[in-house]
Amino acid sequence: MPKITYIEQNGTEHVVEAELGISVMEAAVKHMVPGIDADCGGACACATCHVYVDPAWADKIGKREAMEESMLDFAYEPKETSRLSCQITVKKELDGLVVRLPEFQG
Amino acid sequence: MGERAVIIGAGQAGAQAAASLRQAGFAGAIVILGEEPVAPYQRPPLSKAYLQGELEPDRLLLRPAAFYEKQKIDLRLGVRVEAIDRAAQIVETAGETFPYDRLLIATGAPPRRLDCPGADLPGVHYLRSIADSDRLRPVLAGGGRLVIVGAGYIGLEVAASARKAGIDVTIIEMAGRVLARVAGKEISAFFEKIHRAAGVDLRLGAALSSFAGRGRVEAAVLKSGAKIPCSAVLVGIGAAPATALAEAAGLTVGNGVWTDEHARTSDPAIFAAGDCSSHPSPIYGRRMRLESAPNAIEQAKVAGTNMAGGAAAYDAVPWFWSDQYDVKLQTVGVSDGADRTVIRGDPGRRNFSVWSLKAGKLLSVDAVNDPAAFALARRLIAAGALPDPKKLADPATALKSLLP
Repeated sequence: MPKITYIEQNGTEHVVEAELGISVMEAAVKHMVPGIDADCGGACACATCHVYVDPAWADKIGKREAMEESMLDFAYEPKETSRLSCQITVKKELDGLVVRLPEFQG
Repeated sequence: MGERAVIIGAGQAGAQAAASLRQAGFAGAIVILGEEPVAPYQRPPLSKAYLQGELEPDRLLLRPAAFYEKQKIDLRLGVRVEAIDRAAQIVETAGETFPYDRLLIATGAPPRRLDCPGADLPGVHYLRSIADSDRLRPVLAGGGRLVIVGAGYIGLEVAASARKAGIDVTIIEMAGRVLARVAGKEISAFFEKIHRAAGVDLRLGAALSSFAGRGRVEAAVLKSGAKIPCSAVLVGIGAAPATALAEAAGLTVGNGVWTDEHARTSDPAIFAAGDCSSHPSPIYGRRMRLESAPNAIEQAKVAGTNMAGGAAAYDAVPWFWSDQYDVKLQTVGVSDGADRTVIRGDPGRRNFSVWSLKAGKLLSVDAVNDPAAFALARRLIAAGALPDPKKLADPATALKSLLP
Protein backbone atom coordinates (compact mmCIF):
# COMPACT_ATOMS: atom_id res chain seq x y z
CA MET A 1 0.00 0.00 0.00
CA PRO A 2 1.27 3.49 -0.82
CA LYS A 3 2.80 5.42 2.06
CA ILE A 4 1.48 8.92 2.66
CA THR A 5 3.05 11.37 5.08
CA TYR A 6 0.90 14.02 6.70
CA ILE A 7 2.78 16.85 8.40
CA GLU A 8 0.97 18.95 10.95
CA GLN A 9 1.56 22.69 11.27
CA ASN A 10 3.78 22.05 14.32
CA GLY A 11 5.97 19.64 12.37
CA THR A 12 4.53 16.37 13.71
CA GLU A 13 4.63 13.71 11.01
CA HIS A 14 2.13 10.91 10.52
CA VAL A 15 3.09 8.18 8.08
CA VAL A 16 0.15 6.15 6.91
CA GLU A 17 -0.20 3.07 4.70
CA ALA A 18 -3.16 4.07 2.58
CA GLU A 19 -5.56 1.67 0.93
CA LEU A 20 -5.83 1.98 -2.85
CA GLY A 21 -9.01 3.62 -4.11
CA ILE A 22 -9.93 5.62 -1.06
CA SER A 23 -9.23 9.35 -0.83
CA VAL A 24 -6.27 10.98 0.88
CA MET A 25 -8.83 12.47 3.28
CA GLU A 26 -10.30 9.06 4.13
CA ALA A 27 -6.84 7.61 4.69
CA ALA A 28 -6.15 10.37 7.21
CA VAL A 29 -9.42 9.81 9.06
CA LYS A 30 -8.91 6.05 9.06
CA HIS A 31 -5.48 6.42 10.62
CA MET A 32 -6.51 9.11 13.06
CA VAL A 33 -4.38 11.89 11.64
CA PRO A 34 -5.51 15.03 13.47
CA GLY A 35 -6.22 18.26 11.60
CA ILE A 36 -8.44 16.95 8.81
CA ASP A 37 -12.03 17.57 9.84
CA ALA A 38 -13.84 16.46 6.67
CA ASP A 39 -17.20 17.70 7.94
CA CYS A 40 -19.07 16.74 4.75
CA GLY A 41 -17.51 13.30 4.56
CA GLY A 42 -15.93 13.79 1.16
CA ALA A 43 -18.67 15.44 -0.89
CA CYS A 44 -16.50 18.42 -1.86
CA ALA A 45 -18.97 20.60 0.01
CA CYS A 46 -17.10 22.08 2.94
CA ALA A 47 -13.35 22.65 2.45
CA THR A 48 -12.40 21.22 5.86
CA CYS A 49 -9.94 18.64 4.47
CA HIS A 50 -7.59 21.24 3.02
CA VAL A 51 -3.93 20.20 2.55
CA TYR A 52 -0.84 21.54 0.79
CA VAL A 53 0.81 19.16 -1.65
CA ASP A 54 4.47 19.46 -2.58
CA PRO A 55 4.67 20.79 -6.18
CA ALA A 56 6.79 17.76 -7.18
CA TRP A 57 3.61 15.67 -6.97
CA ALA A 58 1.48 17.97 -9.09
CA ASP A 59 1.57 15.73 -12.18
CA LYS A 60 0.76 12.55 -10.32
CA ILE A 61 -2.17 13.80 -8.27
CA GLY A 62 -3.93 15.46 -11.19
CA LYS A 63 -5.57 18.85 -11.45
CA ARG A 64 -8.15 20.56 -9.29
CA GLU A 65 -11.61 20.58 -10.77
CA ALA A 66 -13.67 23.77 -10.93
CA MET A 67 -15.76 22.90 -7.88
CA GLU A 68 -12.69 22.18 -5.77
CA GLU A 69 -10.97 25.28 -7.07
CA SER A 70 -13.79 27.53 -5.90
CA MET A 71 -14.06 25.88 -2.49
CA LEU A 72 -10.31 26.30 -1.98
CA ASP A 73 -10.45 29.94 -2.92
CA PHE A 74 -12.27 30.56 0.35
CA ALA A 75 -10.39 28.09 2.53
CA TYR A 76 -8.08 29.30 5.28
CA GLU A 77 -4.84 30.51 3.66
CA PRO A 78 -5.09 28.92 0.23
CA LYS A 79 -1.90 28.57 -1.82
CA GLU A 80 -0.93 27.40 -5.29
CA THR A 81 -0.36 23.96 -3.78
CA SER A 82 -3.70 23.74 -1.97
CA ARG A 83 -5.93 20.71 -2.51
CA LEU A 84 -9.00 19.23 -0.90
CA SER A 85 -7.75 15.83 0.21
CA CYS A 86 -11.19 14.26 -0.39
CA GLN A 87 -10.64 14.86 -4.10
CA ILE A 88 -7.31 13.00 -4.35
CA THR A 89 -7.63 9.25 -4.85
CA VAL A 90 -4.92 7.00 -3.42
CA LYS A 91 -3.11 5.09 -6.17
CA LYS A 92 0.20 3.27 -6.56
CA GLU A 93 1.97 6.25 -8.09
CA LEU A 94 1.29 8.23 -4.92
CA ASP A 95 3.63 6.09 -2.81
CA GLY A 96 5.73 8.55 -0.80
CA LEU A 97 3.29 11.45 -1.13
CA VAL A 98 3.81 14.22 1.40
CA VAL A 99 0.98 16.58 2.35
CA ARG A 100 1.12 19.43 4.84
CA LEU A 101 -1.82 20.51 6.95
CA PRO A 102 -2.89 24.14 7.33
CA GLU A 103 -3.17 25.81 10.71
CA PHE A 104 -6.98 25.70 10.59
CA GLN A 105 -9.72 24.06 8.57
CA GLY A 106 -12.81 25.93 7.40
CA MET B 1 -10.38 11.63 37.79
CA GLY B 2 -13.39 9.43 38.42
CA GLU B 3 -15.82 11.35 36.27
CA ARG B 4 -18.16 9.51 33.94
CA ALA B 5 -19.62 10.79 30.69
CA VAL B 6 -22.47 8.93 29.06
CA ILE B 7 -23.62 9.63 25.51
CA ILE B 8 -27.01 8.44 24.31
CA GLY B 9 -26.88 8.05 20.54
CA ALA B 10 -24.07 6.80 18.30
CA GLY B 11 -24.63 9.10 15.33
CA GLN B 12 -22.49 11.96 14.04
CA ALA B 13 -23.12 14.01 17.19
CA GLY B 14 -22.46 11.20 19.63
CA ALA B 15 -19.18 10.19 18.01
CA GLN B 16 -17.96 13.78 17.70
CA ALA B 17 -18.84 14.62 21.30
CA ALA B 18 -16.79 11.66 22.54
CA ALA B 19 -13.82 12.79 20.46
CA SER B 20 -14.21 16.39 21.63
CA LEU B 21 -14.41 15.29 25.30
CA ARG B 22 -11.01 13.66 24.94
CA GLN B 23 -9.59 16.56 22.95
CA ALA B 24 -10.64 18.87 25.77
CA GLY B 25 -8.71 16.71 28.21
CA PHE B 26 -11.51 14.70 29.79
CA ALA B 27 -9.79 11.72 31.43
CA GLY B 28 -12.82 9.96 32.90
CA ALA B 29 -14.85 7.09 31.51
CA ILE B 30 -16.84 7.65 28.30
CA VAL B 31 -19.67 5.37 27.24
CA ILE B 32 -21.60 5.71 23.97
CA LEU B 33 -24.93 3.89 23.84
CA GLY B 34 -26.20 3.31 20.30
CA GLU B 35 -29.37 1.58 19.18
CA GLU B 36 -28.09 0.55 15.78
CA PRO B 37 -25.69 -2.41 15.58
CA VAL B 38 -23.17 -0.34 13.59
CA ALA B 39 -20.37 1.95 14.77
CA PRO B 40 -21.01 5.67 14.12
CA TYR B 41 -21.26 6.38 10.40
CA GLN B 42 -22.16 9.11 7.94
CA ARG B 43 -25.79 9.30 6.94
CA PRO B 44 -25.66 11.74 4.00
CA PRO B 45 -24.39 9.15 1.45
CA LEU B 46 -27.27 6.77 2.30
CA SER B 47 -29.49 8.49 -0.25
CA LYS B 48 -26.67 9.16 -2.72
CA ALA B 49 -23.33 7.37 -3.30
CA TYR B 50 -24.01 4.49 -0.91
CA LEU B 51 -27.49 3.89 -2.26
CA GLN B 52 -26.04 3.88 -5.76
CA GLY B 53 -23.61 1.16 -4.72
CA GLU B 54 -20.56 3.37 -5.10
CA LEU B 55 -19.39 3.13 -1.49
CA GLU B 56 -18.54 0.11 0.63
CA PRO B 57 -20.14 0.09 4.11
CA ASP B 58 -16.82 0.56 5.91
CA ARG B 59 -16.23 3.77 3.97
CA LEU B 60 -19.24 5.22 5.77
CA LEU B 61 -17.66 4.78 9.18
CA LEU B 62 -16.81 8.10 10.79
CA ARG B 63 -13.83 6.69 12.64
CA PRO B 64 -11.96 3.40 12.62
CA ALA B 65 -12.63 0.83 15.36
CA ALA B 66 -9.12 1.49 16.68
CA PHE B 67 -10.13 5.07 17.47
CA TYR B 68 -12.57 4.00 20.19
CA GLU B 69 -10.03 1.61 21.70
CA LYS B 70 -7.21 4.09 21.66
CA GLN B 71 -9.34 6.85 23.13
CA LYS B 72 -10.83 4.47 25.73
CA ILE B 73 -14.35 5.11 24.55
CA ASP B 74 -16.71 2.30 25.49
CA LEU B 75 -18.90 1.93 22.41
CA ARG B 76 -22.01 -0.11 23.23
CA LEU B 77 -24.04 -0.93 20.14
CA GLY B 78 -27.49 -2.46 19.76
CA VAL B 79 -28.46 -1.00 23.12
CA ARG B 80 -31.73 0.78 23.74
CA VAL B 81 -31.95 3.30 26.55
CA GLU B 82 -35.16 2.98 28.55
CA ALA B 83 -34.92 5.93 30.91
CA ILE B 84 -32.85 8.71 32.39
CA ASP B 85 -33.03 8.96 36.18
CA ARG B 86 -31.89 12.51 36.85
CA ALA B 87 -32.09 12.29 40.63
CA ALA B 88 -29.79 9.28 40.74
CA GLN B 89 -27.81 10.41 37.64
CA ILE B 90 -28.27 7.06 35.98
CA VAL B 91 -29.13 5.95 32.45
CA GLU B 92 -31.10 2.72 32.31
CA THR B 93 -31.15 0.10 29.56
CA ALA B 94 -33.05 -3.18 29.70
CA GLY B 95 -30.24 -5.03 31.43
CA GLU B 96 -27.85 -2.44 32.77
CA THR B 97 -27.50 0.94 34.41
CA PHE B 98 -24.91 3.56 33.55
CA PRO B 99 -24.12 6.19 36.15
CA TYR B 100 -23.13 9.59 34.79
CA ASP B 101 -21.68 12.87 35.94
CA ARG B 102 -22.23 14.39 32.48
CA LEU B 103 -24.81 13.12 30.03
CA LEU B 104 -25.31 13.91 26.34
CA ILE B 105 -28.58 13.31 24.56
CA ALA B 106 -27.85 12.82 20.85
CA THR B 107 -30.79 10.69 19.86
CA GLY B 108 -31.36 12.19 16.40
CA ALA B 109 -34.58 12.55 14.46
CA PRO B 110 -36.16 9.42 13.01
CA PRO B 111 -38.41 9.73 9.95
CA ARG B 112 -42.04 10.71 10.34
CA ARG B 113 -44.19 7.75 9.44
CA LEU B 114 -47.37 7.55 7.39
CA ASP B 115 -50.42 5.99 8.94
CA CYS B 116 -52.69 5.77 5.89
CA PRO B 117 -54.25 2.42 4.89
CA GLY B 118 -51.58 0.12 3.50
CA ALA B 119 -48.71 2.07 5.07
CA ASP B 120 -47.43 -1.07 6.78
CA LEU B 121 -47.30 -3.17 3.59
CA PRO B 122 -43.93 -4.70 2.76
CA GLY B 123 -42.21 -2.61 0.11
CA VAL B 124 -42.97 0.71 1.83
CA HIS B 125 -39.57 2.12 2.81
CA TYR B 126 -38.16 4.87 4.97
CA LEU B 127 -34.60 6.13 4.90
CA ARG B 128 -32.57 7.02 7.95
CA SER B 129 -30.19 4.16 8.70
CA ILE B 130 -27.71 2.05 6.79
CA ALA B 131 -30.14 -0.87 7.18
CA ASP B 132 -32.85 1.23 5.50
CA SER B 133 -30.51 2.05 2.61
CA ASP B 134 -29.50 -1.63 2.31
CA ARG B 135 -33.18 -2.56 1.96
CA LEU B 136 -33.73 0.11 -0.67
CA ARG B 137 -30.74 -0.84 -2.81
CA PRO B 138 -32.34 -3.92 -4.42
CA VAL B 139 -35.28 -1.71 -5.43
CA LEU B 140 -32.90 0.37 -7.51
CA ALA B 141 -31.45 -2.78 -9.03
CA GLY B 142 -34.88 -4.19 -9.88
CA GLY B 143 -37.51 -3.06 -12.32
CA GLY B 144 -40.86 -1.34 -12.05
CA ARG B 145 -41.69 2.05 -10.66
CA LEU B 146 -40.61 3.62 -7.42
CA VAL B 147 -43.18 5.93 -5.86
CA ILE B 148 -41.68 8.56 -3.60
CA VAL B 149 -43.91 10.32 -1.10
CA GLY B 150 -42.53 13.76 -0.29
CA ALA B 151 -40.30 16.06 -2.33
CA GLY B 152 -37.84 17.08 0.37
CA TYR B 153 -34.10 16.43 0.29
CA ILE B 154 -34.47 12.69 0.91
CA GLY B 155 -37.19 12.23 -1.69
CA LEU B 156 -35.36 14.20 -4.36
CA GLU B 157 -31.98 12.60 -3.69
CA VAL B 158 -33.44 9.12 -3.87
CA ALA B 159 -35.29 10.12 -7.05
CA ALA B 160 -31.99 11.18 -8.61
CA SER B 161 -30.29 7.96 -7.49
CA ALA B 162 -33.16 5.88 -8.86
CA ARG B 163 -33.19 7.66 -12.22
CA LYS B 164 -29.44 7.15 -12.45
CA ALA B 165 -30.11 3.43 -11.95
CA GLY B 166 -32.73 3.57 -14.72
CA ILE B 167 -35.77 3.09 -12.49
CA ASP B 168 -39.06 4.89 -13.24
CA VAL B 169 -39.97 7.37 -10.53
CA THR B 170 -43.17 9.14 -9.50
CA ILE B 171 -42.97 11.72 -6.74
CA ILE B 172 -46.11 12.63 -4.84
CA GLU B 173 -45.89 15.96 -3.03
CA MET B 174 -48.69 17.57 -1.12
CA ALA B 175 -47.31 21.11 -1.38
CA GLY B 176 -47.42 23.12 -4.58
CA ARG B 177 -43.63 22.96 -4.99
CA VAL B 178 -40.66 20.76 -4.13
CA LEU B 179 -38.41 21.53 -1.11
CA ALA B 180 -41.25 23.73 0.15
CA ARG B 181 -40.11 23.59 3.77
CA VAL B 182 -36.43 24.30 3.17
CA ALA B 183 -35.98 26.45 0.06
CA GLY B 184 -37.37 29.50 -1.73
CA LYS B 185 -39.51 29.31 -4.83
CA GLU B 186 -36.66 29.96 -7.28
CA ILE B 187 -34.79 26.90 -6.01
CA SER B 188 -37.98 24.85 -6.01
CA ALA B 189 -38.68 25.78 -9.63
CA PHE B 190 -35.14 24.88 -10.62
CA PHE B 191 -35.24 21.42 -9.03
CA GLU B 192 -38.68 20.73 -10.49
CA LYS B 193 -37.23 21.41 -13.90
CA ILE B 194 -34.17 19.19 -13.55
CA HIS B 195 -36.15 16.27 -12.14
CA ARG B 196 -38.71 16.50 -14.91
CA ALA B 197 -35.89 16.74 -17.45
CA ALA B 198 -34.48 13.53 -15.97
CA GLY B 199 -37.79 11.79 -16.55
CA VAL B 200 -39.32 11.96 -13.07
CA ASP B 201 -43.12 12.02 -12.99
CA LEU B 202 -43.56 14.83 -10.48
CA ARG B 203 -47.05 15.30 -9.04
CA LEU B 204 -47.33 18.50 -7.05
CA GLY B 205 -50.35 19.41 -4.93
CA ALA B 206 -51.15 15.70 -4.86
CA ALA B 207 -52.50 14.06 -1.72
CA LEU B 208 -51.89 10.41 -0.96
CA SER B 209 -54.88 8.41 0.16
CA SER B 210 -53.59 4.85 0.63
CA PHE B 211 -51.39 2.06 -0.63
CA ALA B 212 -52.87 -1.00 -2.28
CA GLY B 213 -51.44 -4.44 -2.73
CA ARG B 214 -51.75 -8.08 -1.80
CA GLY B 215 -49.03 -9.01 0.64
CA ARG B 216 -46.84 -6.18 -0.66
CA VAL B 217 -47.31 -2.70 -2.03
CA GLU B 218 -48.45 -2.64 -5.66
CA ALA B 219 -49.89 0.83 -6.07
CA ALA B 220 -50.22 4.24 -4.48
CA VAL B 221 -53.72 5.68 -4.50
CA LEU B 222 -54.24 9.45 -4.50
CA LYS B 223 -57.18 11.34 -3.00
CA SER B 224 -58.09 12.30 -6.56
CA GLY B 225 -58.67 8.60 -7.21
CA ALA B 226 -55.62 8.21 -9.45
CA LYS B 227 -53.79 4.94 -8.95
CA ILE B 228 -50.04 4.70 -9.55
CA PRO B 229 -48.77 1.12 -9.95
CA CYS B 230 -45.38 0.61 -8.34
CA SER B 231 -42.96 -2.01 -7.13
CA ALA B 232 -41.88 -0.07 -4.07
CA VAL B 233 -42.48 3.14 -2.13
CA LEU B 234 -40.11 5.47 -0.34
CA VAL B 235 -41.63 7.79 2.23
CA GLY B 236 -39.65 10.97 2.89
CA ILE B 237 -41.98 13.31 4.72
CA GLY B 238 -39.60 14.78 7.26
CA ALA B 239 -38.24 13.74 10.61
CA ALA B 240 -39.31 14.23 14.20
CA PRO B 241 -36.80 14.78 17.03
CA ALA B 242 -36.41 11.80 19.37
CA THR B 243 -37.28 13.59 22.60
CA ALA B 244 -39.23 10.91 24.49
CA LEU B 245 -36.40 10.14 26.96
CA ALA B 246 -35.80 13.81 27.66
CA GLU B 247 -39.49 14.49 28.10
CA ALA B 248 -39.99 11.57 30.44
CA ALA B 249 -37.04 12.85 32.47
CA GLY B 250 -38.73 16.24 32.80
CA LEU B 251 -36.29 18.25 30.69
CA THR B 252 -37.56 21.28 28.79
CA VAL B 253 -38.64 20.11 25.35
CA GLY B 254 -40.45 21.78 22.45
CA ASN B 255 -39.63 20.71 18.90
CA GLY B 256 -36.37 19.32 20.23
CA VAL B 257 -34.59 19.13 23.57
CA TRP B 258 -33.95 22.73 24.55
CA THR B 259 -30.39 23.78 25.16
CA ASP B 260 -28.66 27.07 25.85
CA GLU B 261 -25.83 28.34 23.64
CA HIS B 262 -23.46 26.00 25.52
CA ALA B 263 -25.47 22.91 24.45
CA ARG B 264 -26.66 22.50 28.05
CA THR B 265 -30.27 21.45 28.70
CA SER B 266 -32.48 22.63 31.56
CA ASP B 267 -30.49 20.18 33.75
CA PRO B 268 -26.91 21.45 34.10
CA ALA B 269 -25.49 17.91 34.09
CA ILE B 270 -27.23 17.07 30.79
CA PHE B 271 -26.33 18.29 27.30
CA ALA B 272 -27.96 17.76 23.92
CA ALA B 273 -26.69 18.02 20.35
CA GLY B 274 -27.64 17.28 16.77
CA ASP B 275 -31.03 16.72 15.13
CA CYS B 276 -32.80 16.08 18.46
CA SER B 277 -31.87 19.42 19.98
CA SER B 278 -33.10 22.98 19.77
CA HIS B 279 -30.65 25.81 20.40
CA PRO B 280 -30.79 29.61 20.51
CA SER B 281 -29.17 31.08 17.42
CA PRO B 282 -27.33 34.34 18.09
CA ILE B 283 -27.24 35.06 14.35
CA TYR B 284 -30.99 34.73 13.82
CA GLY B 285 -32.12 35.78 17.29
CA ARG B 286 -34.41 32.82 17.80
CA ARG B 287 -34.49 29.16 18.72
CA MET B 288 -33.71 26.61 15.98
CA ARG B 289 -33.64 22.90 15.46
CA LEU B 290 -31.53 21.84 12.51
CA GLU B 291 -31.38 18.52 10.74
CA SER B 292 -27.92 18.46 9.26
CA ALA B 293 -24.65 16.62 9.66
CA PRO B 294 -22.51 19.77 9.88
CA ASN B 295 -24.74 21.11 12.65
CA ALA B 296 -24.52 17.81 14.52
CA ILE B 297 -20.73 17.90 14.33
CA GLU B 298 -20.34 21.52 15.36
CA GLN B 299 -22.83 21.31 18.21
CA ALA B 300 -21.24 18.13 19.46
CA LYS B 301 -17.85 19.85 19.55
CA VAL B 302 -19.37 22.49 21.82
CA ALA B 303 -21.17 19.89 23.96
CA GLY B 304 -18.08 17.69 24.31
CA THR B 305 -15.86 20.63 25.21
CA ASN B 306 -18.30 21.87 27.84
CA MET B 307 -18.92 18.41 29.28
CA ALA B 308 -15.18 18.40 29.94
CA GLY B 309 -15.54 21.66 31.86
CA GLY B 310 -15.06 24.15 29.03
CA ALA B 311 -17.18 27.17 28.14
CA ALA B 312 -17.59 26.95 24.36
CA ALA B 313 -20.58 28.63 22.72
CA TYR B 314 -22.37 27.55 19.58
CA ASP B 315 -22.69 30.31 17.01
CA ALA B 316 -21.89 28.57 13.71
CA VAL B 317 -23.81 29.57 10.60
CA PRO B 318 -25.91 26.54 9.63
CA TRP B 319 -25.23 24.94 6.28
CA PHE B 320 -26.55 22.08 4.20
CA TRP B 321 -25.83 20.41 0.93
CA SER B 322 -27.54 18.10 -1.51
CA ASP B 323 -26.26 16.24 -4.58
CA GLN B 324 -28.78 15.43 -7.31
CA TYR B 325 -27.72 14.39 -10.84
CA ASP B 326 -24.91 16.75 -11.83
CA VAL B 327 -26.13 19.44 -9.47
CA LYS B 328 -24.63 20.35 -6.12
CA LEU B 329 -26.83 22.55 -3.97
CA GLN B 330 -25.09 24.22 -1.05
CA THR B 331 -27.19 26.26 1.31
CA VAL B 332 -25.87 28.49 4.03
CA GLY B 333 -28.10 30.19 6.57
CA VAL B 334 -31.87 30.02 6.94
CA SER B 335 -34.16 32.13 4.75
CA ASP B 336 -37.24 32.37 7.02
CA GLY B 337 -38.49 35.95 7.17
CA ALA B 338 -36.69 37.14 4.05
CA ASP B 339 -38.23 40.21 2.38
CA ARG B 340 -36.07 40.24 -0.72
CA THR B 341 -34.35 37.68 -2.93
CA VAL B 342 -31.64 38.36 -5.48
CA ILE B 343 -30.64 35.91 -8.19
CA ARG B 344 -27.06 35.85 -9.38
CA GLY B 345 -26.12 33.77 -12.42
CA ASP B 346 -28.21 31.71 -14.80
CA PRO B 347 -30.51 28.89 -13.64
CA GLY B 348 -30.72 27.75 -17.28
CA ARG B 349 -27.02 26.94 -17.17
CA ARG B 350 -27.34 25.16 -13.83
CA ASN B 351 -25.03 27.66 -12.24
CA PHE B 352 -26.57 30.34 -10.04
CA SER B 353 -27.24 31.46 -6.50
CA VAL B 354 -30.24 32.86 -4.66
CA TRP B 355 -29.53 35.44 -1.98
CA SER B 356 -32.21 36.05 0.67
CA LEU B 357 -32.17 39.27 2.65
CA LYS B 358 -34.22 40.83 5.41
CA ALA B 359 -34.08 44.59 5.92
CA GLY B 360 -30.87 44.55 3.92
CA LYS B 361 -29.19 41.89 6.05
CA LEU B 362 -28.12 38.66 4.37
CA LEU B 363 -30.04 35.69 5.82
CA SER B 364 -29.18 32.82 3.51
CA VAL B 365 -27.82 31.76 0.15
CA ASP B 366 -28.74 28.77 -1.97
CA ALA B 367 -25.86 28.08 -4.33
CA VAL B 368 -26.33 25.74 -7.29
CA ASN B 369 -22.98 24.50 -8.64
CA ASP B 370 -21.52 27.70 -7.27
CA PRO B 371 -19.29 26.90 -4.29
CA ALA B 372 -17.71 30.34 -4.37
CA ALA B 373 -21.06 31.99 -3.65
CA PHE B 374 -21.61 29.49 -0.85
CA ALA B 375 -18.21 30.02 0.74
CA LEU B 376 -18.42 33.78 0.52
CA ALA B 377 -21.97 33.89 1.88
CA ARG B 378 -20.89 31.84 4.87
CA ARG B 379 -18.50 34.63 5.81
CA LEU B 380 -20.95 37.43 5.05
CA ILE B 381 -23.70 35.91 7.19
CA ALA B 382 -21.32 35.29 10.08
CA ALA B 383 -20.29 38.94 9.88
CA GLY B 384 -23.91 40.17 9.79
CA ALA B 385 -23.22 41.83 6.44
CA LEU B 386 -25.64 44.03 4.48
CA PRO B 387 -24.44 43.46 0.90
CA ASP B 388 -25.64 45.77 -1.89
CA PRO B 389 -28.35 43.84 -3.79
CA LYS B 390 -27.37 45.51 -7.08
CA LYS B 391 -23.81 44.28 -6.75
CA LEU B 392 -25.01 40.81 -5.77
CA ALA B 393 -27.12 40.54 -8.89
CA ASP B 394 -24.33 41.72 -11.18
CA PRO B 395 -22.11 38.81 -12.25
CA ALA B 396 -19.42 41.36 -13.11
CA THR B 397 -18.99 42.14 -9.41
CA ALA B 398 -16.23 39.99 -7.97
CA LEU B 399 -17.68 38.10 -5.01
CA LYS B 400 -14.61 38.77 -2.89
CA SER B 401 -15.15 42.53 -3.22
CA LEU B 402 -18.31 42.08 -1.11
CA LEU B 403 -16.33 41.10 1.96
CA PRO B 404 -16.36 43.87 4.56
